[in-house]
Amino acid sequence: MTEWIAALLLMAGSLLMMLAALGAVRMPDLLMRMHATTKAGALGSGLIMLAAAVFFGSAEVWARVLAIIAFIMLTAPVAAHMIGRAGYFVGVPLWGRILRDDLKGRYDTDNHSLESPAEFNERRQHEDRRDQ
Amino acid sequence: MLEIVIWLSFAILSLSLLLSFVRLLRGPSLPDRVVALELMASLTVGFIGVHAIASQRFAFLDVAMVLALTAFLAAVGFARFLEKRGMHADD
Repeated sequence: MTEWIAALLLMAGSLLMMLAALGAVRMPDLLMRMHATTKAGALGSGLIMLAAAVFFGSAEVWARVLAIIAFIMLTAPVAAHMIGRAGYFVGVPLWGRILRDDLKGRYDTDNHSLESPAEFNERRQHEDRRDQ
Repeated sequence: MLEIVIWLSFAILSLSLLLSFVRLLRGPSLPDRVVALELMASLTVGFIGVHAIASQRFAFLDVAMVLALTAFLAAVGFARFLEKRGMHADD
């Protein structure tokens, strides 16, 4: 019984990993590629670790596997956020058919901080009034 | 049953490694390559998990833990480097 569950988890995990790799190759721009690789990749490796825990079944393996899964789930979003932010900041071209870019003009190029929407709208109104 | 699944998942993971290597080679920008590298690290963690099951030795899971840690550190380092350096024409 445990063997069947482990086999199922293993299959699901490796298929998700392939989905992530496929997304990395086929998606049109950086942020979409990250959308595919980060989530499917983290879930895939988590499922494979879970398969190992089910297969061995002892307490020490479960503890290790849960630690690895917790670590992956904590670090994958942070790493993806940092790379996506750096990529956007560096000016990697976005997909041609994107309709709106909410971050446009909000990054301060000197100190790399992001303006909040309220401040951005206030500044826009200010500039509009000055133009009139 | 489990043996077939183990070899099948080895095959699938190898194929995914190949696909992400394609992205690593094609780029086109440095952040794309960093994403491909991070995916490869995550795939390798999966590989180690499958290998731990195949060889029936759970000590390999420690290697997976350390690899996940170093992959995260590498991603953070690359992201900081990219942000500090800015865009170059030779990407």
